Amino acid sequence: MIWSMLHEALEAMIANRMRSFLTMLGMMIGVGAVIIMSAIGAGAQEAVKQSIASMGSNLFIVLSGSTTSGGARMGSGATPTLTIGDAEAIAELPSIAEVAPIASGMAQVIYGSNNWSTTIMGSTPNILTVRNWTMESGYSFTDADVRGATRVALIGKTVAENLFGDENPVGKMIRIKQSPYQVVGVLALKGQSLDGRDQDDTIIVPVTTAQHKLFGSQFQGTVRLIMAQAVSADQMNEAENQMTELLRQRHHIRDNKENDFSIRNLAAMAASAADTAKVMSLMLGAIASISLLVGGIGIMNIMLVSVTERTREIGIRVAIGAHERDILLQFLLEALMISIFGSMIGILLGVGGAFIAENFLSMSVIFTSQSILTAFGVAATIGIFFGFYPARKAAKMEPIDALRFQ
Amino acid sequence: MTHFVINIKNLTKNYETVAGVVPVLKGIDLSVSSGEFLAIMGASGSGKSTLMNILGCLDTPSGGIYELNGTDIQSLDKNSLASFRNSMIGFIFQGFNLLPRMSIIDNIALPLVYAGIPKEERIERARIMLEKVGLGLYGSYRPNQISGGQQQRVAIARALINRPKLILADEPTGNLDTKTSEEIMTLFSDLNTQEGITIILITHENNIAQYAQSIVHIHDGKIDFREPTNRMEERIK
Repeated sequence: MIWSMLHEALEAMIANRMRSFLTMLGMMIGVGAVIIMSAIGAGAQEAVKQSIASMGSNLFIVLSGSTTSGGARMGSGATPTLTIGDAEAIAELPSIAEVAPIASGMAQVIYGSNNWSTTIMGSTPNILTVRNWTMESGYSFTDADVRGATRVALIGKTVAENLFGDENPVGKMIRIKQSPYQVVGVLALKGQSLDGRDQDDTIIVPVTTAQHKLFGSQFQGTVRLIMAQAVSADQMNEAENQMTELLRQRHHIRDNKENDFSIRNLAAMAASAADTAKVMSLMLGAIASISLLVGGIGIMNIMLVSVTERTREIGIRVAIGAHERDILLQFLLEALMISIFGSMIGILLGVGGAFIAENFLSMSVIFTSQSILTAFGVAATIGIFFGFYPARKAAKMEPIDALRFQ
Repeated sequence: MTHFVINIKNLTKNYETVAGVVPVLKGIDLSVSSGEFLAIMGASGSGKSTLMNILGCLDTPSGGIYELNGTDIQSLDKNSLASFRNSMIGFIFQGFNLLPRMSIIDNIALPLVYAGIPKEERIERARIMLEKVGLGLYGSYRPNQISGGQQQRVAIARALINRPKLILADEPTGNLDTKTSEEIMTLFSDLNTQEGITIILITHENNIAQYAQSIVHIHDGKIDFREPTNRMEERIK
């Protein structure tokens, strides 16, 4: 019985091709939109997650504070107040796992006939742990290099490509501000940071080298910032308090004076960025769901028209012995078929659209079979939900009224 | 005592309108025994269509008793009425009332779908019926591809397929020309005489009513009189 009803539903659909197609279109667009939107949302969330991971976890950035000179307040880091000594002291704190001081600036870099302007970061080998950086080839410089202020450099992927092209940079000599440096390693690809900077466009040298040989006059024994990694996520608050106390002591700041440094909690920033991405993907999904709902209303509309048009047919069926449930099931199946066909095409549209977004608009998209199944399930539910009222209207029709209908 | 397919006692039907309650059937007594071919005649507005609807279990009476094949139909709910229509009654309408999207075979087999008969058996039985009404070659046609007379034959095949106790024909020749009408009525009387099928025919044409064995005249919601037809009188002679 169910098979002959399915067959009839299919025939009814084919008999009104144009109408069925237009009704389905609503479902196609709805399901397609849900799938594209959730794929883009998930992609964006994943991208944010990756850039958070690339930044390093449980991170603090300690910046030199703003100072007042002649009434004008300077921005953070304007006056270098942090030293390598501060960094070493922070490293002693029990809530801190790793510390890396950074003295950075821009410089022109030359290899052979190529040159490139990039950020030079002076730091310690710890920077790799703190920033969650791995080596693609070669080795990192060591603490001995920091102590000896040797001229060695780790270069990022972007720098490697611009200076060396296909050549292997490890062991080659480059010139930074006219002085020769040996490339000892290439950093693995990291991609964009949360604020969109290219994290691979950088060179890392020992912090002492940067202080004394590269930016000598700028950093007289000081660093621009200190990166500190807490032992764990739940020790972040403690770590911040301990660092503040320690630095105030070391900088001899009286109780009524402001800090001459500032501490930024990158984990909190990351969490808020992740929240933003999540809210955005939820919103995309919600907007797409509205079009699915509109598609469902379209089904209901067309089924109501169909029931009215086929009043006489319903009368005939009832006269020859159709039960209420037979009529109900017949119209419900028609609605369900339209929504399921529509959503199947919608899934193809969604996948296709997301493919285009990924390959031609270079957006990151992520499909989950869950999102596809959900869209499909919701579409089927909508078919039943919006098909039920018209189907019930058909089933409850009085046979003599239905037969009299012209 | 002969077995009555239909047994009606003091049947009434009122319609409620804005002007008040309008009695349409005002106490009908009627018995139809198995194998009878009865015509019901009356002017329009006499209540014959209402009687037909009640006989066909499409409508329920306001008062009185209606027993179909020994069952009081007022005791049945909507669902049982549907099953009852399916198994007990075959309808034939003036406008044929075939489903336009279905093939002839599927139209004939449709009552069996609602009776829950498996597909192979449905198609097999529908073919036999189609053969019986003389349209064996038309199974895969659609209703709009055949003539009115042929469509009515298909409707007759559909009415007969679930072996009903009673065939109800409401003006079956109303949309047909004289020659086709004669053919259809001959088919009815053959079914009646050869297979003993009980038929109730509603018409307002006397020459059509003459194919039956007897005629019940309805006037103003009551049975005026019941008479044997000329055909019956000839047969008795």
